[in-house]
Amino acid sequence: MALLEVKDLRTSFHTEDGIVGAVDGVSFSVEKGQTLGIVGESGSGKSVTCLTIMGLNAKRNTTSSGEAIWKGKNLLTTKPRELREIRGNDISMIFQDPMTSLNPVHTIGKQLIEAVQLHRDVSNRVARARSLELLKAVGIPYAERRIDDYPHQFSGGMRQRVMIAMALINDPDLPIADEPTTALDVTTQAQILTLMKRLQEEFGSAIIIITHDLGVVAETADDVLVMYGARVVEHASVEELFNRPQHPYTWGLIGSLPRLDIDVERLIQIPGQPPSLLRPPRGCRFHPRCSYVMEVCKTTVPELLPTQREPDHLQACHLDEETKDREAAKLLESMMAEAG
Amino acid sequence: MEASTTGTNNSVVDPNDLLVIDDVKKHFPITRGIIFQKQIGSVKAVDGVSFSVKKGETLGIVGESGCGKSTLARCIIKLLETTGGQINFDGRDITKLSRSTMRPIRREMTMIFQDPYASLNPRKRVGAIVGEPLEVHNLGSASEIKTRVQELLEVVGLNPEHYNRFPHEFSGGQRQRIGVARALAVNPKLIVCDEPVSALDVSVQAQILNLLKDLQDDFGLTYIFIAHDLNVVRHISDRVLVMYLGKVVEIATRDVLYKEPKHPYTGALLSAVPIANPELGRKREPIVLEGDVPSPVNPPSACNFHPRCPRFVEGHCDVEEPPLYSFGNGHVAACHYALERWPMDASEIRRASASRAPEPEPEQPLPA
Repeated sequence: MALLEVKDLRTSFHTEDGIVGAVDGVSFSVEKGQTLGIVGESGSGKSVTCLTIMGLNAKRNTTSSGEAIWKGKNLLTTKPRELREIRGNDISMIFQDPMTSLNPVHTIGKQLIEAVQLHRDVSNRVARARSLELLKAVGIPYAERRIDDYPHQFSGGMRQRVMIAMALINDPDLPIADEPTTALDVTTQAQILTLMKRLQEEFGSAIIIITHDLGVVAETADDVLVMYGARVVEHASVEELFNRPQHPYTWGLIGSLPRLDIDVERLIQIPGQPPSLLRPPRGCRFHPRCSYVMEVCKTTVPELLPTQREPDHLQACHLDEETKDREAAKLLESMMAEAG
Repeated sequence: MEASTTGTNNSVVDPNDLLVIDDVKKHFPITRGIIFQKQIGSVKAVDGVSFSVKKGETLGIVGESGCGKSTLARCIIKLLETTGGQINFDGRDITKLSRSTMRPIRREMTMIFQDPYASLNPRKRVGAIVGEPLEVHNLGSASEIKTRVQELLEVVGLNPEHYNRFPHEFSGGQRQRIGVARALAVNPKLIVCDEPVSALDVSVQAQILNLLKDLQDDFGLTYIFIAHDLNVVRHISDRVLVMYLGKVVEIATRDVLYKEPKHPYTGALLSAVPIANPELGRKREPIVLEGDVPSPVNPPSACNFHPRCPRFVEGHCDVEEPPLYSFGNGHVAACHYALERWPMDASEIRRASASRAPEPEPEQPLPA
């Protein structure tokens, strides 16, 4: 049985300008020990999906529907008290911005101890020992000394490590990492990704990693969810996604990426801008930017369906599979040809 | 083999060089006291950087945050006064020019800023923003400026009818296009681009990178392109300069730098870039650098990379500062123990240094 099963998740925000449908019918599941990558541009709904699962959206102007089944319980209808017990203990979150996600007026030791004591009835001394253990596990040098430092005394990479330590301190079954390396330099990013891989091997947990960086996804994820305009447009194993992408948006993402292993004179660009979720385009949300657009795309929303060859490869596009296979092969071939 | 040289040879002025930077330094003072301010130290943001940029080429500058890339950019176009060194632009020393003598030269070098949200005045209309450089330099009457602005908007792929809109009516990518139009307005020779795409989504990033390339072809522009994303820099640059803690660690043409890096820091950077290919990417073993970039207030002795360097040799790297050794064809790297080949994995990079450690001669550079 899946560890977390999300079915038809919908979240909308009520703003002064109208209703923003930030997540529109997202379904996926995560198995134990698996890493799920969620990719998409800003505003595609990837972060809101996870915030909804965690029950972290502002109550005042948000409505959510659908199901997120965690160990037989629907997280969306769980009482806040019960949800608090799950959050940080079973499911935890590593936030994007380490500069603003830590409390600046408390030492990191105090913040870590708080995280332990919220879920376990242990003494300060035990909680502190546990905090120290985690700080060492994430590779903070001189952890004994640094545990009593304040967040501003840490660099960005070190703060991100503290965030990871905090997310892992109660041995969660599912840490969710929201752009864990976006604010970091490549060398620090490599440190953090290596660390996350190691910790996953050690603790055997599942991970959801949200990112806009296809490189990070290619190297860390087992399964990938591509989101566009609040919907899932493609869901496949990482090898399938990179070797046989089935959605024009995914082609655009792969083609628009300047990369070290391939030389291209001109990047493939997706024309236009990501859609406004206040007034999303009718039909397929990608159709105004899609170069394969047909009449049907403008009126009918494509369903997320398995491809004929690979039942685990889901995609939402009206194009027939033959065309898609051909176009995907053409894209990859042209990139390889230029690579020489 | 050429012996060690420090930086560019400033005695020979190559007519193809648009910009020659020689030993430029920018130190920010750290002071104590309120009325009687006493300098107690300095942040050596840029510390002796030399390089040159040829007409029509793109020089990429990479480095981690805090390595001084943006400060260097601001020094080049004289938004900041340098502490030392010389900047030659188009055959003229512009280091000591006053504001008024500098003004006509400012027409020839412009800048595209990082944050498309913060670098446009929210109270001004797009027409006024793009037209302002033209007004400042008295380049035409109001109606001429308007025509020119509309032309520019068209060049960068915006609708000329959006002349009267405000910045908030545009998306991030469109705003960056406005920034590009403004930089182009006065027909500059050199455009310094400071992280122009790092705030943009990938699909939009590709649009801006393609635009910059097209404009270079159409108008024969010279770019200095600063970014921390090695993929982006590789895509757009002809030559690449790698900075670490205010100093140049390596300069080479793009292909050479990415295929045969000589400095261990460059190697570590390259190995750290995730590859968007599951088979290749997972085989990759990044050379993980320990620790963080040290503080430029109190940089490490000699080679300032030595505390993090996998091939650190005690008693040499921390005592004698490495000059920029030459590896031929303008490829220079500041390392006593340059990488013999590439790629290398984390253990190889270490082993090599140990085997060569007993020879403390500085004339170590390998033949190119």
